[in-house]
Amino acid sequence: MAPHSNGTSPHWSLKSGVHQQGCPELQVLLGITGKDFTLIAASKAAMRGATILKAADDKTRQLNKNTLMAFSGEAGDTVQFAEYIQANAQLYSMRNETDLSPSALANFVRGELASSLRSRKPYNVNLLLGGVDPITDKPSLYWLDYLASLAPVPYAAHGYAQYYCLSILDKHHQPDITLERGMELLNLCADELKRRLPIDFKGLVVKAVTKDGTVEMPFDNDRIVKSA
Amino acid sequence: MVGKDCVAIACDLRLGLQALTVSNNFPKIFQYGDQVFLGLTGLATDVSTVSDLFRYKVNMYRLREERHIAPRTFANLVSSSLYERRFGPYFVSPVVAGLEPKTGQPFICGFDSIGCIDFAKDFIVSGTATEQLFGMCESLWEPDMGPDALFETISQALLNAVDRDALSGWGAHVYIVEKDKVTKRLLKGRQD
Repeated sequence: MAPHSNGTSPHWSLKSGVHQQGCPELQVLLGITGKDFTLIAASKAAMRGATILKAADDKTRQLNKNTLMAFSGEAGDTVQFAEYIQANAQLYSMRNETDLSPSALANFVRGELASSLRSRKPYNVNLLLGGVDPITDKPSLYWLDYLASLAPVPYAAHGYAQYYCLSILDKHHQPDITLERGMELLNLCADELKRRLPIDFKGLVVKAVTKDGTVEMPFDNDRIVKSA
Repeated sequence: MVGKDCVAIACDLRLGLQALTVSNNFPKIFQYGDQVFLGLTGLATDVSTVSDLFRYKVNMYRLREERHIAPRTFANLVSSSLYERRFGPYFVSPVVAGLEPKTGQPFICGFDSIGCIDFAKDFIVSGTATEQLFGMCESLWEPDMGPDALFETISQALLNAVDRDALSGWGAHVYIVEKDKVTKRLLKGRQD
């Protein structure tokens, strides 16, 4: 049940049957913080209904040197919203010759999403915002859903991935883990998703944010996982 | 919760979607002056939106009036701000607690989502564990408790109420507000 549904159906409604876009719940977003880094992973499949339109989709955008945003949700909204945020973050950096901190960006994004929520056509976008504060060097991760609920968290997921991955991370995550251990945890999560998610999400794009910037991490998506 | 020349306000720390816990570090109590506190339960996005909105309004009040806002004034601000959204409300049930600046008398009140004020001289509860909290407060609260007894009472009431509710808990914040002292304590609580 959508918490914001009001039972009336407006004339612009796009909801024709079940599929407006490949169920956003099936898109995977994962985030893990560690001692001096934040890892963000996103599934590579771009879906529409039951069809995979693209198997090398990148659902992340770089906001500035040390902040990365991953997004999932309704097809048109996601990229539009993410690039709007990206443009504003970059405009701020150019005007002020300083980058916004991850916490400042998270609250800016929340404000934009919250005002959109009460508009005629809200953005249907879920986000993970990961970064390392350029001044304190502290890593951070923000969980943000389409209702604009913002939560700072040590690790996070969106969609059905939440049900599989959060319990794994509850057990194995420690706040002071190294990047190598972070990648191991990500592998653990990816294996479980391959084992239990009923669709092929075409593997993960993994990016690591450190105080030196963002790098794409090599990630083995071809490993075969025996189903239980 | 009201004591003798002191007042207490407490909240749990869970943020969840239905049965799934997303975060166990989501405080719901906000400070708007030396001795004015607001607790917000309900839809998480509106908890943030409403707390930010009142931060803005209270800052503007302080600049205009050159003094801190009194709890009773703040309560009326909350009420009128919520009623502005009468036909598209913020989904929150706020609680205000504080000490009157002139007399030092405790003041508490609660609201529904469209700003109807509920004044009380004992305690106010709100959230998913409302029924459990009413039971605990009704049996533990007594008039004229000192700050220490009040802390024990409000903590036991909250902790035992949320343990009977699947949708709340995961730690708690407790504020004890006295004439010239505010004490904030973090209760770990059950993490399961």
